[in-house]
Amino acid sequence: MNVLLIALLVLPLLGAALTLAPLGERAALRLGVGVTGAVLAGTVALAAWFDHSAPGRMQAVTDASWIPAIGVRFHLGVDGISLPLLVLTALLTFLCAVYSTRKLPAGPGARAFTGLVLLLEVGMLATFVVLDLVLFFLAFEIVLIPMYFLIARWGSGAKVPAANRFILYTLLGSALMLLGFLLIGSQAGTFDLTQLAAAHGSGLTHTTQVTAALAIMIGLAVKAPAFPLHSWLPDAHTAAPTVGSVLLAGVLLKMGTYGLVRVLLPVVPDGTATLAPYLGALAAVGIVYGSLACLALARPGAKGDLKRLIAYSSVGHMGFVLLGIASLTPSGVNGALFANIGHGLITGLLFFLVGAVKDRYGTADLDTLAGATGAALYGRAPRIGGLLAFAAVASLGLPGLAGFWGELLAMYGAFDPAAGLSRPAFLTYLVLAGLGTLLTAGYLLVVVKRVCMGDPKQPGLSDVPDLQAYEAVSWTPLAALTVVAGLWPALLLGLSDPAVKHLLGGG
Amino acid sequence: MLTSTPLLTPLLGQPAMTPLAVADPGGLVQSVDWVAIAPPLTAALAGLVVLVADLFLKGSQKKALSWIAIGGLVLALAALLPLALDSDARSTFCLADGGCSYVADHFTLAFQLLALGGALIAALLSVHTVAADRLPGGEFWFLLLSSAAGAALLPASRDLATLVVALEVASLPAFALVALRRDGRGAEAALKFFLTSVTATAVMLLGVSFVYAATGTLHLSAIADALTVAPAQLRHLAEAGAVLTLVGFAFKTAAVPFHFWVPDTYVGAPVPVAGYLSVVGKAAGLAGLALVTTVAFRPYGHTWGLVLAVLAAVTMTAGNVAALRQRAAAPNSAVRLLAWSSVSQAGYLLVPLAAAGYADSDRPVGATVAYALVYGVVNLGAFAAVAATGHSRLDDFQGLFARNRWTALALAFFLLCLAGLPPGVVGLFGKVVVFRAAVDAGLGWLAVVMAANVVVALYYYLAWTAKLFAAGASAPARVPGPLRATLGLTAAVAVVLSVAPQLVLQVVSGSLF
Repeated sequence: MNVLLIALLVLPLLGAALTLAPLGERAALRLGVGVTGAVLAGTVALAAWFDHSAPGRMQAVTDASWIPAIGVRFHLGVDGISLPLLVLTALLTFLCAVYSTRKLPAGPGARAFTGLVLLLEVGMLATFVVLDLVLFFLAFEIVLIPMYFLIARWGSGAKVPAANRFILYTLLGSALMLLGFLLIGSQAGTFDLTQLAAAHGSGLTHTTQVTAALAIMIGLAVKAPAFPLHSWLPDAHTAAPTVGSVLLAGVLLKMGTYGLVRVLLPVVPDGTATLAPYLGALAAVGIVYGSLACLALARPGAKGDLKRLIAYSSVGHMGFVLLGIASLTPSGVNGALFANIGHGLITGLLFFLVGAVKDRYGTADLDTLAGATGAALYGRAPRIGGLLAFAAVASLGLPGLAGFWGELLAMYGAFDPAAGLSRPAFLTYLVLAGLGTLLTAGYLLVVVKRVCMGDPKQPGLSDVPDLQAYEAVSWTPLAALTVVAGLWPALLLGLSDPAVKHLLGGG
Repeated sequence: MLTSTPLLTPLLGQPAMTPLAVADPGGLVQSVDWVAIAPPLTAALAGLVVLVADLFLKGSQKKALSWIAIGGLVLALAALLPLALDSDARSTFCLADGGCSYVADHFTLAFQLLALGGALIAALLSVHTVAADRLPGGEFWFLLLSSAAGAALLPASRDLATLVVALEVASLPAFALVALRRDGRGAEAALKFFLTSVTATAVMLLGVSFVYAATGTLHLSAIADALTVAPAQLRHLAEAGAVLTLVGFAFKTAAVPFHFWVPDTYVGAPVPVAGYLSVVGKAAGLAGLALVTTVAFRPYGHTWGLVLAVLAAVTMTAGNVAALRQRAAAPNSAVRLLAWSSVSQAGYLLVPLAAAGYADSDRPVGATVAYALVYGVVNLGAFAAVAATGHSRLDDFQGLFARNRWTALALAFFLLCLAGLPPGVVGLFGKVVVFRAAVDAGLGWLAVVMAANVVVALYYYLAWTAKLFAAGASAPARVPGPLRATLGLTAAVAVVLSVAPQLVLQVVSGSLF
């Protein structure tokens, strides 16, 4: 039993239950900040307590019988792969709660909003700490209802269709994933991830592995999202409130890629190896497709929505993550995990900034914003403009910032894929990914040019308030961590590398 | 000397002739285990007490009838306790050669819990309805208890005659219950229900007679043994009999194509009766189906396994498609949606039975039992919420949260349980065990069909849930006491099961028979 890890799940659950009590609006928001703050403190304490000399070993383990009838155990633990994601989740949720105290999106009220965000946090944290396949599925499903209501109730535009699309797509994926899990459970006789990882696929026939890997991969690819299954994402992001977008891009997408690393690689290694070239191909296509979609949206006269653009950029960035995983090499998977964190920090920041721009101008439409010469944020709100430019260059993978290492390592993994994978195929993917980085740089610079630059004295512009205190408070940690992760990648790689080697069966 | 003839018959190609002379007349006197038969017996006796008491109670005193009925059902449920604590299965009404007509094993107890518990919740719901709609109390409670007694007897029956009698005892009072609301709609609903049901019964009786002709016995386990050694020329007769027998039970579970009566009957019946039919009526049909397939027709497992698998796939799809087509503004759309959703749920419930045919084992049946128990609680809860609000159209539920927050939260929880999405954790695990049964039996295609159906179903459950929390405030309405108690009870059970699913899922861990 580990009290700290259980407390991390129970605390937001209790907080969510508390919001059913008659609280005032301000009290509810303060409750949200308090609970998410406590959870953040808990994850930091966990990270400090974590034995950094053995990140490949499961730590803070709780393993208790829950539903013996179907062999489901309440098995929790963290290792070097889940710890950074756990801290990222707690951090982003806390920052969202802080941001919401001042900037609550228009909707049915603060109490329900806080309750849903806390429930969402339970599911997100649970996904990263559970070590049982059925529990993983359960955690995966917990996030659906809160995120559905956040989009459908606090969103804007065509919010209900977008929310429906989000939940139906994801549920179809996760139902398939469950079938894969059940197949594994039926053949291997256990749902326990540590036991299955230790067995490393022994006892499962090749057919079983491929079938299960296919079902699980489709399910997780919807969430990640991988190229042909991504179409729910732009709509969901465009409609979601700022906080919803931040958590969606920052955490929910990572649940998909985390699942690939945690479940697919160690549990059905043969099946994964069979399917990896296809995953890599979809990843490479996704990278180019996402960047092309963004370029199209960034063009003048395309009526591109900034939130939609960043959503498409997520498809491209998650493509790098998937490519790294598909290479099945330690460097590729490490890069994928690093890119996960980097994307969470940078895209979280970008969505905060775009949300702020949308709040100030009343629209996120790039053409309306840019006007004739450009929105001129540098001149009119220099701090926001500067931060936006910073996040954009971080996103395009400037060395020294968090976006660089993950994508570099993922491409390095594709350059030298694991034994048994077709080298020419992965070299092709590598070339496509390289092209994608160029395109990414292209559209992000266009966005910076059209939003940040321009003539501040052009007629017809109202005053725009610059960075507010609450915005500074909720954004600075993300910007700072982007720099830290960029300058000191060993901080994350040191944690993930032994764990990845352990999962890949090498160490 | 008589025992050697059945062994010879397959060689001679002749069916065994039942000897008319009885060798040991004393062996026909059957001993009765009163403890074993106490649950259905208590319900039946309570029904008689209500009927007699109705003669002596006047006007305002008639309210006492409802409490007699509820007390009777509680006693019947209590009678399950000694049986549950007893580790061995009790059998009674046994023949000298070992065949028993009544067995109280784990399968029986689980379905009796469902039948009697479902009847109890429906009874609690009815207290208000009987008073408000001015239904005749004596008749109502007598019919409800009789039907519940039949539904409780059915899972314990181990011969075809008792099964048919029990099924009819469960069904006949139900027709009258539907008709009790004496308006045109109620009569039409009851007639539709009656005609389809009677047709199904007739078909089933024909099937039973074929099976009897082919095997020379009515006892389920004896049928299974006889079918394996049945002579070739009787095989077609036996197979036809098996199919026709299944039809009767498929009707009760409202499986496609025997589902057309469901929406009209549910809408025409008083809401608690609709809830009762959707849970207890369905449980009776399922129990019968499980018994005849996994016990009596075990040798034909692959045949009916395929039939049930197709039936399950078609049923869940048809139910969901019809539920999707419900317009929220149409009259009675709420009950209609629940009716169609209950058709699709029947499809999920059939999946493990189909798996039992493929796996050639009765273990998957546990998944049906577990899912039926979960479904019983949450579906009756949803009906309770509909009864509590008194709304009949889905649009009337708009903004229920603002008017009546606890009812809205309970209904949202039940709907999410039916959809199988957290926070409705118990519904999710119910679906997990059903999926598991299908995957374990190698029925991958059925599992995929079901997965797609679960996604489709989420759409309408979620649309209803979202409606509850939409804006649209008006004056808060009070919920009558018994309805509030029922809602609280079902919600509490569902929450407890969500935290500790093992309580209900333990039925899947071993063989129930």
